[in-house]
Amino acid sequence: MALNINNINKSFEGLQALNDITFSVREGELFGLIGPDGSGKTTLFRVITTLLLPDRGEVNLFGLDVLKNYKKVRQLVGYMAGRFSLYHDLTVEENLKFYATVFGTTVEENYDLIKDVYCQIEPFKTRKAGKLSGGMKQKLALSCALIHKPRLLVLDEPTTGVDAVSRKEFWDMLKRLQKKGITILVSTPYMDEASLCDRVGLIQKGNLLSVNKPENIIAEYQRELLSVSSDNLYKLVNDLRNDEDTHSAFLFGHSVHLTRKDRQASAKQVIKYLKDKGHERIYVKVIKPEIEDCFMDLMHEEDEI
Amino acid sequence: MKRFWGFVLKEFLHIFRDPRTMLILFGMPIVQILLFGYVITNEIKDIKIAILDQSKDPVTIELTNKIISSGFFILDRNIKNINEVEDVFKEGNVRQVIIFESGFGRKLKREGTANIQLIADASDANTANLVVHYTMAIINDFVREQNKLTGSPIQFIPEVRMLYNNELKGVYMFIPGIMAMILILVSAMMTSISIVREKELGTMETLLVSPLRPTQIILGKVTPYVALSFINAVTIIVMGNLVFGMPVQGSIILLLAESILYILLGLSLGILISTITKSQQNAMFISLFTLMIPTILLSGFIFPIENMPKILQWLSFFIPPRWFISIIKNIMLKGTGLMYVWKETLILIVMTSIFFGLSIRKFKIRLE
Amino acid sequence: MNEQKETIITVKNLVKKFGNFKANDNLSFEVFKGEIFGFLGANGAGKTTAIKILCGLWAPTSGEINVAGFDIYTQTEQVKKNIGYMSQKFSLYEDITVFENIRLFGGIYGLSRREIAQRATDLMRRLDLEHSRDKLISSLPLGWRQKLAFSVAILHKPKLVFLDEPTGGVDPVTRRKFWDQIYEAADRGITVFVTTHYMDEAEYCDRVSIMVDGRIADLDTPSALKGKYRVKNMNEVFLKIARIKPDEYNKLEPIYKVRKFK
Repeated sequence: MALNINNINKSFEGLQALNDITFSVREGELFGLIGPDGSGKTTLFRVITTLLLPDRGEVNLFGLDVLKNYKKVRQLVGYMAGRFSLYHDLTVEENLKFYATVFGTTVEENYDLIKDVYCQIEPFKTRKAGKLSGGMKQKLALSCALIHKPRLLVLDEPTTGVDAVSRKEFWDMLKRLQKKGITILVSTPYMDEASLCDRVGLIQKGNLLSVNKPENIIAEYQRELLSVSSDNLYKLVNDLRNDEDTHSAFLFGHSVHLTRKDRQASAKQVIKYLKDKGHERIYVKVIKPEIEDCFMDLMHEEDEI
Repeated sequence: MKRFWGFVLKEFLHIFRDPRTMLILFGMPIVQILLFGYVITNEIKDIKIAILDQSKDPVTIELTNKIISSGFFILDRNIKNINEVEDVFKEGNVRQVIIFESGFGRKLKREGTANIQLIADASDANTANLVVHYTMAIINDFVREQNKLTGSPIQFIPEVRMLYNNELKGVYMFIPGIMAMILILVSAMMTSISIVREKELGTMETLLVSPLRPTQIILGKVTPYVALSFINAVTIIVMGNLVFGMPVQGSIILLLAESILYILLGLSLGILISTITKSQQNAMFISLFTLMIPTILLSGFIFPIENMPKILQWLSFFIPPRWFISIIKNIMLKGTGLMYVWKETLILIVMTSIFFGLSIRKFKIRLE
Repeated sequence: MNEQKETIITVKNLVKKFGNFKANDNLSFEVFKGEIFGFLGANGAGKTTAIKILCGLWAPTSGEINVAGFDIYTQTEQVKKNIGYMSQKFSLYEDITVFENIRLFGGIYGLSRREIAQRATDLMRRLDLEHSRDKLISSLPLGWRQKLAFSVAILHKPKLVFLDEPTGGVDPVTRRKFWDQIYEAADRGITVFVTTHYMDEAEYCDRVSIMVDGRIADLDTPSALKGKYRVKNMNEVFLKIARIKPDEYNKLEPIYKVRKFK
């Protein structure tokens, strides 16, 4: 095991940020922690990287207790904080050199490891980091986190606010790093990135909803899921919500994902109901859920106020 | 060690890349000195005076004419009685009263000596001092002329009284004061801002996760500012000397050593401030309110400590610049050695160690 | 249905230069009244620049722009009065209460005291926030804050509302509830101009434009775009378009084509 997390609890001013979190990451694995803003991803990562002390619980990293051996742990971890911690007034090259010296190494020594990532921004190495685009900042921050050849790479929302193209490139890079034997723990608010991980943990409001392979999470989905479309999407979702047999109805792209209270989906009933409501070009089919469906099913209803 | 120097190099890059930092570091000391210097040592002109001539003989009349025709003074009124002096000052226009004793000319002829009393309103210490010096210069000039004429040496004994502020302070006060203010501002404010900036940017997270030790981070942050503040100290001393003739009577080595001690004190304060603030703005406000304003108000820089209410005098014991100003004034003006300033030095050393100890203890190895 | 749709935004040859860099390179498009218009593009493609120009915050270098019936150069104040704006970063003041926020923004847009009181009651009833009238914004869950922020952005009943990445980092349920609101607003006749990084949200729009390197690379209904690039979803459309090098534009079909929609 590369990382063992046991019963981690952490609260801030009475607010439970992490509630009994337990999971482990295997050596060489690409593990994704998936959840929206404020779900506790960053807090958990800060506990793992020794930046925060948990109220309760243990974290074990490559056999080292993170709480006691924080100095040793810091050598083993490459941490890329959210908001890409870069010095905006330093150039690309200066940022990289700085992080290399801080970790007691040189750019040349570990160039092999970062080459794949760094070569894409190397043409801009004399540009100030503050003047880079989001995707380029992300690549520079990753190069900086990799420069000391860490065994575990902890990436806090590396793809947030980055466009779809850069996001895809970034995941390709992570896959290649994984092949070089680096264990990777990455967090993201984008549900569709789950399928790119070996295993994922779904987190919501400090609670771990599920930890599993993406395909297993989907396999564990209990309800039958219908994809429904018609000529008027907005009326469709409203009508479906008003149907008393409906358990949930959510917009999903150009269709509505529908689950019914009796768990047994009956396409015929749905079509009849919608026809009565005056919909045309009704199209209903049973589909395999996506991670996002699973997440919505697992997550607790939003607090009432 | 390589890590450490890498860190220091990065800090220097931050400083040299930011025009605002450069301006505060090197522009501010020069501008402040020139500003304060010229405001305070401005030439006097048309100062209103009153004269109490109890003798009214040719000598006093000639001297009075000489004083008034000098261009520096305007005769506001002649007064008749010593009791009026207080009232004249209270009205507020008159800055100096000149009193000739009765039988001035006669006494001068007979005994070769006579008394003039100069009373100045020293609530504005600098002006009072200048007024008296100018008057004395005129009187001395008159004495020399008289000596040439008569051949027999005569002498006036001017008796100077500073009302409202007996022991005049303020002449060379401003250079030590500015030095105390600038050094503490540069060292404390700049370090606290530069540390807090890393918190804001999120880079502090990465630094904490790195193998750098907290002491290395602190020292790395502080080292460039020690160097720059030192350059500032030297600039101020040199400018004070060249532009305003501020002497350095005592040992220059001792002066620089004391400056370094004081700079370290400022840096330790800066680190302490950075540990309790989260934003650059906050760090700046705290620096200004807890450092700059007390330095101006309570250190004796502008308002003499002796004239403060007891409670403020007592408070000023805790203001580091008070001790630093006292030290450098002693060294620069009186030329005293460590023997005479060891007490103040010891106080600064104790303060520095307390602040450093506190800030290293408070500087967290974690985020919370 | 009438072919001649009423337009609410007309942009002709919009150019915005920063030095030698063209952030917006000759944009031309129209937004129709009542539609949900998705404005997509990679980071740095020039989306933010274009939105700032349309909201009257920045002056363009050249081009003709008409928003909500007003000229962007000469009638900036009228433009601002007739649009609403909401971004992910700033929406409401957290340290004041729900009602105080409504009153503040109502006041900013020049509503009378009576109008504010009436619309506030109305709004709080619709959002089920009546019991939270005097609660601080910071005490509300994120989802509620967002709903409220959107309602406040359209409190002055603008013809057009700009939403700049309104759903970034929000959980999937809240994100969908937010889109319900967008639909509701569109249903009431408010035109919605929205940017997002979630490609599934692009499917909810009536039409989307995709910007690449300062130009509009394509603009059409989601289904037409998917058909044109022969892919299943908007994410793949985006990946295909955003990867095309600028000089390959011309080899594609005409970029801008008004189509019948809905």
